[in-house]
Formats: sequence, C-alpha cells, structure tokens
Amino acid sequence: MSAPVSLSLLVNGEPIDAFVLPRLNLADFLRENLKLTGTHVGCEHGVCGACTVRIDGEIVRSCLMLAVQAHGASVETIEGVSDSGEIADLQAAFRERNALQCGYCTPGMLMTAQDLLKHSPVPDRQAIREHLSGNYCRCTGYQAIVDAVEATAKTRAERRT
Amino acid sequence: MKAAAFAYARATSVVNALELLAVHGDKAKVLSGGQSLMPAMNLRLLSPEILVDIGGLAELRGIAMRGDVLVVGALTRHVDLLRSPEIALHAPLLRDAVSHVAHPAIRNRGTIGGSLAHADPASELPACVMALDATIVARGPTGERRIAATEFFKGIYETALSPDELLVAIEAPVTGQGSTFFFQEYARRHGDYAVVGLAARAVVAAGRFSDLRLGFFAVGDRPLLAAAAGKLINASVNPELLAEAATALTNELDPQEDQQATAAMRRHLATVLLRRCVAALLARPELATGVAK
Repeated sequence: MSAPVSLSLLVNGEPIDAFVLPRLNLADFLRENLKLTGTHVGCEHGVCGACTVRIDGEIVRSCLMLAVQAHGASVETIEGVSDSGEIADLQAAFRERNALQCGYCTPGMLMTAQDLLKHSPVPDRQAIREHLSGNYCRCTGYQAIVDAVEATAKTRAERRT
Repeated sequence: MKAAAFAYARATSVVNALELLAVHGDKAKVLSGGQSLMPAMNLRLLSPEILVDIGGLAELRGIAMRGDVLVVGALTRHVDLLRSPEIALHAPLLRDAVSHVAHPAIRNRGTIGGSLAHADPASELPACVMALDATIVARGPTGERRIAATEFFKGIYETALSPDELLVAIEAPVTGQGSTFFFQEYARRHGDYAVVGLAARAVVAAGRFSDLRLGFFAVGDRPLLAAAAGKLINASVNPELLAEAATALTNELDPQEDQQATAAMRRHLATVLLRRCVAALLARPELATGVAK
C-alpha cells in the first residue's frame, strides 16, 4: 500500500520523470523534489492562493493537487513565467507600486493576475479584485496590487493598438 | 498540514473504477477534481486508505443535449459550466451559481460530480440540481440507477450513493420556453462559503407562478426544496401572501448555528432571499422591500 507511483510531466517545458508517494502534493513536489521554491505553501487547504501554478495553461492550487495527478500534464511555475519574460512588465509594475512587502503571496498573485490579463485584457478594478479574491496578502491591503494589475493591463492594451 | 499516507489507483475506465470500488468499499474515496477532498485530507478530517482517481476518464466530462434532457458528465468542471453555451441557454442557473463557487483556480479543477457527491450543505450546486428537478445518474456493480436530486442528499456529506457506486452524470429536464431562474447567496466575501443561499427555477405566466422550485442551501444539514413555494403557485402574489410564505419558510427551515451566523440570522436571511427572488422573477421590485418578521 501507498507505494511510490511513477510520474512523467513537463515542468516549465522540461520533461521530468519521477517516483513519488501518492500523498505528496504538487506544491511540495515542485519545492522539495525540483527545488522550485518560488511556489509558496501557505494554508495547505486551498484558501490562500500562495501555491498557484498553471496546469495546461490554467491556474490551479498546487496544494490541492497530488503530484501524481499531474501525470502527463504541463506545469508552469513562477520560475517559468518569470524566466520566459512573460510577466516582466507585471513584475515591474508590482515593484514600482510597492505591490508587495514580505513577498510571500507575490508568486501566487502574479500567476493569478497574469491569468486574468490573458482571459480579460482590460479588466476594471472590480474584476481585478474578484479574480484576485482567492489570493491573500497580509501586508499591502491590496490597493497597490490592484493598481499594479490595472496599470499593466492599460500598458498592454496601449501596446496592442 | 499534509495528508496521511494512502494508496493510489488511477482508474483507466468507469468499469475499472467500479472494480476498484467493489474491492475497497468504504475504505476508498473517489478523487475527481479534489477541491473538497484534498483540503479535508490535508486537514486530516479524512484519511482514506486508497484514492481511486477518476480524473483521467474523459468519457465522464462534457455537456450535451439528449432530446429535451441536458446531460452533464460528472467530471465537467466548474469552469466548463461557466463557459458552456448549452448551460447558458438551457440551465443558466448553473452558470450563475458557479460564479459564486470559490475562486478561478478552484473552478478550474472542481467538478460538478465531485461537488454533488461531497454534499456539503453550504455548497451551491446541490441546491441547483434540486431546483432544476435534475436526476443523478449512478453506476454500480449491477448497472445504472437514476436518483431524483430531491432524494439524493441525506445529510452533511451524506448521499444516497453506496460505496461501490460512482456518480457518472446529471440529467436536467429542459422545460424549454418560459423557465426563469434566480440565484443569490449571502457570503462574507465573494467566493466564501455561503451563509445562506437560494437557487430557484420558475415558470411565470400572466404575472403568476405556474411553477416555482426554491432550493435553499446552508440552511440545514442538506439543501432544502422549500414547500413554502407552494403558497405562491397559481396565486396572485401580494405582500400579505408573500409574508405568509416567508413565515412558512422560517418554520420549515432548521438552520445550524456556526461562526458565520446564528440560526435566527439564517432564517431571516432566507426570507430576504425569498422576497428578492419572488420580486425578481415576477418583475415586481416593490415586493422585495418588506422586512420579514
């Protein structure tokens, strides 16, 4: 019982093969096995959003997914979207507007904000707040985060025209 | 916290999943989207010996019309309900409800079958399937059986499913013309557990309800199809009749007290939702204003 299970997946475009215990969640697999510690573990029951990653292009809570459930999937973490430059402007906007203090929530915030901007290019502040409502920040009071996401949306919209 | 150790089996087909459930019985838990099961396991509220992962069974995911029945596969995710044109056309109640279910990252994984089988009394979809007069399709070792949604929910996290059965689909009759819907809930913040909620389906003709199904949730140990709706069907609704229906509703509710609300507060909020619902469905905003006693 509870023997290791084989697992093959893509992480940030790189093929990974591993044997893991079923109980290992995806967040711990990324952090402990792959040393991708940008994905943070906060509440471990799906409430805080710090562990948000993308699976096959859609954001999920990596603490609410077993590593073995990611078999055959393409996982993207904050390291992936950061290194590729996909969210460089969003990161810059967070920096400029002090949209982070301790930084614990920031990877999850960035993953979730980028998801919003992909699906809805020019969201209003209400839509930004709603989309980020599953991501907790205990430092900023959220205003600066909403500012940064809104500013990025506007800059991207201008670039497109 | 982390989940306790368990064994894991990736089901290769529905038949395979049923075989696994037959072997392991109530020592097994079915893993669908995992958005309720995983938190419960991480918090050590649940420690199954084995998880049967049905997540890869593509045959269970999808939305289709079969005659005048809307069929929703058990593995259909919340995000699919939000985006589906069939749902928007035939059962917009599900779309409206799902927008209140947690947050985008959760809706990308959570499934309708998982939500119904989990049977959390505060969750939205159980009340919706009751309001829609839907049928739950379960498959077991001896074949398939159909369970009326109104007979499916038995208590907190309890359903009519036996441990060797798998919820495979939801069938909702499409009444075609004339059905209207209402969904609202009170929650501390959008996406939080509901304090009280209401999912309703109605048929309105000439300013009267010819049908009205009121599915309340977070008002007891299971969703409730309110009998008080009967007072409003085929009747000329006025503030007095609505007050009478509200009183009948508070009498049939048996809400629990928790850190979110007292039982009295839940009863009160349920009557507020009743008034708003009736006012919205009859397009008579003045009916929403009375304060329930």
